Amino acid sequence: MFAVRQLVHAYAGKDVLRVDEWLADQGAQWLMLGPSGSGKTTLLHVLAGILRPTAGQVSVADQDLMALPPSALDRFRGKHIGIVLQRLHLIDSLTVLNNLLLAQYLAGEPQDATRVRDVLASLDLGDKTNAYPHALSHGQAQRVAVARAVVNRPKLLLADEPTSNLDDTRCMQVLDLLLAQARTCGATLVIATHDQRIKSRVPNHYELTAQRHESRAVT
Amino acid sequence: MNLATISLAYLKARSLNTLLNILLLALGVATIVLLLLATTQIDQRMRRDAQGIDLVIGAKGSPMQVILSSIYHLDVPTGNIPYKQALEIAKHRAVKKAIPMALGDAYKGARIVGTTHDYLAHYDAKFAAGKRWEKPLEVVIGAETAARTGLKLGDKFHGSHGLGDAGDAHEAHPYVVAGILERGGTVLDRLVICSVESVWAMHAEHLEIKDISDIANAMKDEEKEYTALLIQYASPIAAAILPRYVNNNSAMQAASPAYETARLFSIIGVGVDVLRGFALVLVFSAGLSVFIALYNALNERRYDLAVMRTLGARPLTLLLLLLFEGLLLALIGGVLGLALGHALTEFLGHALRAAQQISVTGWIWVRAEWWVLALAAGVGIIAALIPAWRAYRTDIAGTLARG
Repeated sequence: MFAVRQLVHAYAGKDVLRVDEWLADQGAQWLMLGPSGSGKTTLLHVLAGILRPTAGQVSVADQDLMALPPSALDRFRGKHIGIVLQRLHLIDSLTVLNNLLLAQYLAGEPQDATRVRDVLASLDLGDKTNAYPHALSHGQAQRVAVARAVVNRPKLLLADEPTSNLDDTRCMQVLDLLLAQARTCGATLVIATHDQRIKSRVPNHYELTAQRHESRAVT
Repeated sequence: MNLATISLAYLKARSLNTLLNILLLALGVATIVLLLLATTQIDQRMRRDAQGIDLVIGAKGSPMQVILSSIYHLDVPTGNIPYKQALEIAKHRAVKKAIPMALGDAYKGARIVGTTHDYLAHYDAKFAAGKRWEKPLEVVIGAETAARTGLKLGDKFHGSHGLGDAGDAHEAHPYVVAGILERGGTVLDRLVICSVESVWAMHAEHLEIKDISDIANAMKDEEKEYTALLIQYASPIAAAILPRYVNNNSAMQAASPAYETARLFSIIGVGVDVLRGFALVLVFSAGLSVFIALYNALNERRYDLAVMRTLGARPLTLLLLLLFEGLLLALIGGVLGLALGHALTEFLGHALRAAQQISVTGWIWVRAEWWVLALAAGVGIIAALIPAWRAYRTDIAGTLARG
């Protein structure tokens, strides 16, 4: 589904990320593991098409991201890639409903309030449709962020440290949520994390190591 | 969900700041519009009132006062001119038309103008009721005079001496309303108009004339006086001959409406320019304020912008979003300013009407107002340019990695 080969990203003259090869099938569920500073977020951004690596090949859903002109890449990202950011970053000035409609609008998809309500209902947010983000609990906000990421039925769903700072129960709830939503969309799921609690729940692991900028796949 | 709704949501989220910006811009625009409407209308009305009058002949004094008193009826006359000399000028070959005018009395602030039927014809006066005066003491009143004084057809009233309300009433001879004019947007609207003989009749007691029905013949020519003559030239050459002839050969003076009104406008113009400058400063500060607001908001919004990019927004979309926000602010401020400007003009018009001055109304649209709106829109867009450019250059990965 996605393929990363010979990827190198340098920042300020130093290599911060190096990936020899990472292949994933459509619908597969992956953990991207590694201590902080190992380049997890950087790799996630590369997969999301919001960062062009210094060198290497990245293709998502049979599309070579490096070959896409900038505006086509924006469009591709909006349509096919969903991201749940670590800090969620909901748009505070917009209601929950409008946060999701915004995702459809910016992806160039038709705005479908029915679809938005369905997604919100599936995440148990049916009564929060017209709430503003500041009125939500952290758990609710996280679910809205997941809803925003999946509203366009992405082929690739990315999540950056979704379980950090959560207690064990919450942690498992969020994980279940991501797994379930990815399954519903048929999306390939990649969770970047250093949370050891969820290791056993996700079949595929990809480990980044900080020290030597080397990496290996463990299946 | 589109650029407009997103912009609106952001403007709403910063409602106090938005309000301040809109208010600043609206005040600037309103001031410009007020000046525009007032000067346009005053200019138009003054031109219209002076149309077809090439020269005014009155008693010696300030030429501007002669024009203001005999064309616009805003000032007191400089004095009277002898009937025989005026007649001589009226018969001059350079004169095509001469309308005599005898002033001096008023009714409840509306000036009573003794003249000929030519005066009504000159302004294409149309009657709403009644007809022209035929004998002494019959008067025709303007629409505004009728509305303000409540005089109706057939009503009798006493004029008072002097142009204010303070003068002694001429108790002996009441005027009677023979006609009421339609509103024509000219000086006639706020006058009481009658024959020259009617005005003379008011002063007949001093001449010990009992029967005023034939006063023109009863009075000796030496006793007759006009206040002014409104002259229309027979040919362009008259402009070179007549003023000099009058000024050199009589105790009267000739004043040119075109020249005097131009002079008047150049005097008023200074005040208008100062106000306009003040208004432009307001609009400029509004622009600066919009710029600062958008620029500061960028800091709070840098994550929002980065997130929008991850959701598929192109850099151009963010640029347009910011420009749109500036434009939206400007247009709201601009439209509000236009409304406020019209309301203020209408309010000013009421004040002026109450003071018997040239009236203006807020119920007109001047084409230049489109330019004022365009100016406001331009200010909004220019204020948003730099913030928009920074939004365009948003570094998504860098911003998100930091937050």
